Amino acid sequence: MKPSKSTGILGYGVYIPVYRIKGEEIARVWGRSKAAIPIQEKSVPGLDEDSITFAVEASKNAIQRAGINPEEIEAVYVGSESPPYAVKPTATVVAEALGISPRLIAIDMEFACRAGTTAMQSIMGLVASSMIKYGLAIGTDTAQGRPRDELEYTAAAGAAAFIIAPHSSENIAYIEGSYSYVTDTTDFWRRDGEVYPRHAYRFTGEPAYFHHIYEAAVGLMEELGLKSSDFDYAVFHQPNVKFPVRIAKRLGFPMEKIKDGLLSNIIGNTYAASSMIGLAAVLDVAKPGERILMVSFGSGAGSDAFSIVVQDAIEEKRRLAPLVRDYIEKRKYIDYAVYARYRSKIKTR
Amino acid sequence: MGISAPSVPRVWRERIIKYRLLGSKCADCGKISYPPRKACPRCGSTNLVEISLPKRGKVLSYTVIRTPPRGYLKYSPYIIALIELENGARILAQLTDVDPDEVKSGMVVEAVFRRYREQGEDGIIEYGIKFRPPIT
Ligand SMILES: [Zn+2]
Repeated sequence: MKPSKSTGILGYGVYIPVYRIKGEEIARVWGRSKAAIPIQEKSVPGLDEDSITFAVEASKNAIQRAGINPEEIEAVYVGSESPPYAVKPTATVVAEALGISPRLIAIDMEFACRAGTTAMQSIMGLVASSMIKYGLAIGTDTAQGRPRDELEYTAAAGAAAFIIAPHSSENIAYIEGSYSYVTDTTDFWRRDGEVYPRHAYRFTGEPAYFHHIYEAAVGLMEELGLKSSDFDYAVFHQPNVKFPVRIAKRLGFPMEKIKDGLLSNIIGNTYAASSMIGLAAVLDVAKPGERILMVSFGSGAGSDAFSIVVQDAIEEKRRLAPLVRDYIEKRKYIDYAVYARYRSKIKTR
Repeated sequence: MGISAPSVPRVWRERIIKYRLLGSKCADCGKISYPPRKACPRCGSTNLVEISLPKRGKVLSYTVIRTPPRGYLKYSPYIIALIELENGARILAQLTDVDPDEVKSGMVVEAVFRRYREQGEDGIIEYGIKFRPPIT
C-alpha cells in the first residue's frame, strides 16, 4: 500500500498533560495487590482539557517543527475516540485555533486506538496525488476506564500530530510505505451514550491485538522487501507494557529496538496517540538514515503499519518544539480523590 | 458576577480573538489592548490595527477566585493574573496547571489553548487562551 509518489514527515509534535496518577494509588483504592498493577503511572487530563485542546497543542508543536505558515496546510484529519462533542467536529476548532482554515479539507475519524495512524495514511494519499501539499494528521484521546476495571489502570490521555509533505530533503523523515490489516473483531467497544467502554478481557489479546499487528507488520515488510533486522527501531500500540514487548519478540525485535518508543509504563495507554507518541519519542533520538517500524492497533479491529526512514533535517528540527521527554518530566502527581474529580467521577448535584 | 453565559453567536464572533490571542495596537500612540478595541483607551484614536500578541510573559499580580461566576464552578478555585507579555502589553488571563500556592509574581508563563467553560451539560464548550508555567 504504497503511493506512487513518495511522502514524508515535515514536522511532528506531541502533548501529554501534566497530571499523573500512580498504579499503586488506584490499586490502594480497590484493594488490589501491587503485583497485579499493569503499569507504573498514567497521564490524566486537567479540568480544562479535552481531546480538542490536546490536539491544538500537539499540532502547534508539529507546525513549529515544520516551519511552515499554518495557512499552507490544506487538510486536517483528527483521529479520536473521545471527542468532546458527539456531533460537532474537532477538526474545525483545531484548524481555527491554529490559523489553518477556511480553505481546508477537515474531518474527524474514529477507529478506537487506530484512528490517528489512519489519518496519517489518508493524508499520505492526498499529498502523493498532489491534491494538497501539506496535511496535518492528529491522534488525540482522553480515555476513560470504568472505576475498578482493569482499564482504569491504563486508560490515559495524550496527543500526537504529524505534518505530511511531498518527499523533500526538508522532511525529517520519509515514509517508505504503509500497510493496513482490518477484520470485524469485537474485542473492545462502547455503545452510544455509554460513558465507559467494555472489553472481552482475554479476547483483546491473541485474536485482536497480536493477530492484527503481526499481520500488518509482516504484510508491510513483504511488500517492501524488508525484514525485522532492517529496522533500527520498532514502535507498537501500547495498551500496557506486556503486549508490545510480546509482539516485538514474536516479530523478531530485541528490547533494544523498542525501548525508546515504549512509554506506556510512565504515561499509560494514550489510545489514538499511543503509537504516534511512541514514534515521536523515537524521532526525538533517532539518527539520519535509521529505519523505524510503527504499527498501531485499534479495537474492532485493525492495524496500520509504516516504514519510516529518518533524514538529515531531523537534527535541526528536533529542538524547535518540546520533546516527548519534556512532557514526561513535567508532571504533578494526584491522588485518587483528585483524579475522580478531574475525570468527572464525582457528582456534585 | 452571576452573569449568564454569552450567546452562541457571540462566542462565535469572538472565537478567533480568544483562540489566537489577538489584540489591537493604536497606530497613533502605540497602546496595545486585549481584547482588541475599536477606539484607543489612552488617546481615543480609532486608527487601530489588529495584532497577534506574544505567547509568553510574566505574572505581575494575581488573585484566586473562590466564588466564581456561573459556568466556572467546576474549575474553582482558579487564578486570574495580570500578565505582562514580552512586548510590554498587559492582559488579564486565567492561569492553569498551577495551584494557587505555587503562583508567584514574576513567574514566567506561556499561552496555552484550554476550555473556558461549558454552557451546561448540553450546551456549547467555550475555548480560548490561558497561561501556564512553560514546558521548557
Ligand atoms: Zn492611542
